[in-house]
Amino acid sequence: MNIRSQISMVFHLDKCIGCHTCSVACKNIWTDRKGAEYMWWNNVETKPGTGYPTKWEDQNVFKGGWEKNGSGIKPRGNSSKFNALKNITFNPHLPSLDDYYEPWTYKYSDLFDAPEGDDQPTARPVSLVTGENIDLKAGPNWDDDLGGSPDYARQDVNLQNLSPQEQEAMFELERMTWFYLPRICNHCLNPTCVASCPSAALYKRGEDGVVVLKQDRCRGWRMCVTACPYKKTYYNWSTGKSEKCVLCYPRLEAGMAPACFHTCVGRIRYLGVMLYDADRIHEVACSEDKDLLDNQLDIYLDPFDPNVIKEATASGIADSTITAAQQSPVYKFVKQWGLGLPLHPEFRTIPNLFYVPPLLPTMGSVTEGIYDTTTKSFWGGIENSRQPMKYLASLFTNGDTQKVEATLRKLLAVKIHRRMETVGDLPQEEVTTALTEAGIDQRTADEIFRLTALAINEERFVIPPAHREEATELMEATGDRKGNVGFGFIERPTRGL
Amino acid sequence: MNTTAIFFVALPYTALATLIIGTLYRYMTLGFKLTSLSSQFLEGKVLFWGSQPFHWGILVVFLGHLAAFAIPGTLLAWNGEPWRLIVLEITMFAFGVAALFGLAVFIYRRITNSRIRSVTTKMDALVYILLLVQILTGLGMALLYNWGSSWFASSVTPYLRSIFVFNPQVETVAGMPFLVQLHIVTAFVIFGVLPFTRLIHFVVFPLNYIWRSYQVVVWNRNPKRIRAERSYFPGKTSVNN
Repeated sequence: MNIRSQISMVFHLDKCIGCHTCSVACKNIWTDRKGAEYMWWNNVETKPGTGYPTKWEDQNVFKGGWEKNGSGIKPRGNSSKFNALKNITFNPHLPSLDDYYEPWTYKYSDLFDAPEGDDQPTARPVSLVTGENIDLKAGPNWDDDLGGSPDYARQDVNLQNLSPQEQEAMFELERMTWFYLPRICNHCLNPTCVASCPSAALYKRGEDGVVVLKQDRCRGWRMCVTACPYKKTYYNWSTGKSEKCVLCYPRLEAGMAPACFHTCVGRIRYLGVMLYDADRIHEVACSEDKDLLDNQLDIYLDPFDPNVIKEATASGIADSTITAAQQSPVYKFVKQWGLGLPLHPEFRTIPNLFYVPPLLPTMGSVTEGIYDTTTKSFWGGIENSRQPMKYLASLFTNGDTQKVEATLRKLLAVKIHRRMETVGDLPQEEVTTALTEAGIDQRTADEIFRLTALAINEERFVIPPAHREEATELMEATGDRKGNVGFGFIERPTRGL
Repeated sequence: MNTTAIFFVALPYTALATLIIGTLYRYMTLGFKLTSLSSQFLEGKVLFWGSQPFHWGILVVFLGHLAAFAIPGTLLAWNGEPWRLIVLEITMFAFGVAALFGLAVFIYRRITNSRIRSVTTKMDALVYILLLVQILTGLGMALLYNWGSSWFASSVTPYLRSIFVFNPQVETVAGMPFLVQLHIVTAFVIFGVLPFTRLIHFVVFPLNYIWRSYQVVVWNRNPKRIRAERSYFPGKTSVNN
């Protein structure tokens, strides 16, 4: 065994209110620079929706991630390294700026300088790329809260597994629902971006598994932009270098949660260490479709197992990291309670960001034109969820609806149990049935409730010490500050010759 | 000092010196600015018709020049049969035309597309002018003074080699037509300015990708060695597996 530690994450979608505070925090620290205006290392999408960049999940177009190749796997885009070098002159699947949006500002001076006239002066939008007046066609969160549904929500790639009737049902006014999907880099165990970079500018940090893009090494071949199936590497059109989420590693090393985590108003985000067996990465990534999710969850090891602790110590994992792994909220959500699911495991990158799927119970129904808000049971039940299980399964479990149902059943059981504890107006047998069907006991339900609803910062973010005293490179890169590119050197990110 | 000495002795040495020192300097100190500066992200449809013909055209033509310089004997032997000479000349001319077409598309795109204009620098203009002169003179020579692959190998190669052995023999090139001289001079100018333009990206072509493993993991320290070793400075070098 070759045990490594990985900073992993859980986003609890039931708690996300779609306020975009995370995106703004990230933008203010990292991407409010020329060439990076359009980058959203952290973005929040409305689902159903086409996301950012538009239709990023459609790998027939963007060719990201890995695909099965016999018993092994190969990158979907450049199937071999020779192909990658051949395509270096022109990357056939590169998303263009129009797949994101053209960044703009407004000509505010016109509001003050306009000559006197009959009309109110207006501040026209001006492109931040060309400086010319533009007509806005898209922008950040253009499809927020199902805005422009015919163009966006109905084009959602995940709807293709649903029958036309099921799709129509989703957009029936009374059933209409959506949830938010905050996305950052997944800091995958088998990242395609790293594999695709001809210059080896992208790498995974051994100590904490953060995937970073070394700006000094990047030559702007832009293969990573195509290769990342989550479209979380971005090309800076001004500096000619690609950039990506760095999981705020300068903050992590100082024991602070990344900015998007720290600012999360809904407290939906959890961050902690997972121990995994690096020798098994390739084997897991090559799994059959149906085993992919189970095998991924299997790669993470039990930090309480004496054998794992022994092997981890032998692999050089610090004792403080093992302790952090034992207290990791991610371990609890994903391994102990089985509530965390990865986004699109079928991309085979083994992502380390897990989502607790949203519970969207039916609150009413329409019978003969009358909107009826009474339901048989208190929360309607999973089977009547407004969001088709197939849709959630397409996002989180590679189409396996049972896994999504099992997760949601647990979430509902916790709600029913807590209702009984605090209000006590439900029949006891309903509580017992719910807990039994979900396969959890009262104590676990209380623990889930506690970590979901009451947990303080130190419980939600368990960050192991970076052990700077043992590092060399870490010590060199302490001067990063706002306005820099932020990757271990101090230089203004101006365009090259 | 006459003009021949300036253009065919002083210029080559200056150019080669700037090429080597400039490239090293830029690689070591201006790493962040060492990039291909791709603009495909801003505009990709027209670029396809520029980038593909230009890059493959210029690559083949460059390799042809390299062959004439490195293995002139083999090349002359190949050209011994007339049909082989004609095939070679036509092929090279075709790739030269492709490069010219690509360059024309590049220039058209840079002038007409406002997004591309906003990321255009003065150095880009210089590069375009130099390349245009170089490709046009090259194609002109191929038309006016036939069988360049042979007379390059027999007449220009000795001059070029004499440069590299620090014993410049300029007699042959001094008597050559103006077009040929211009081609040689522009070539040295291109090599001289190369480290200070976007052309630098060809120096860092990532050939080692072929034998690298797909995944790259970089350790800031070597935790296993730190635990096992008793040295004062264990695991200082980062390891990559």
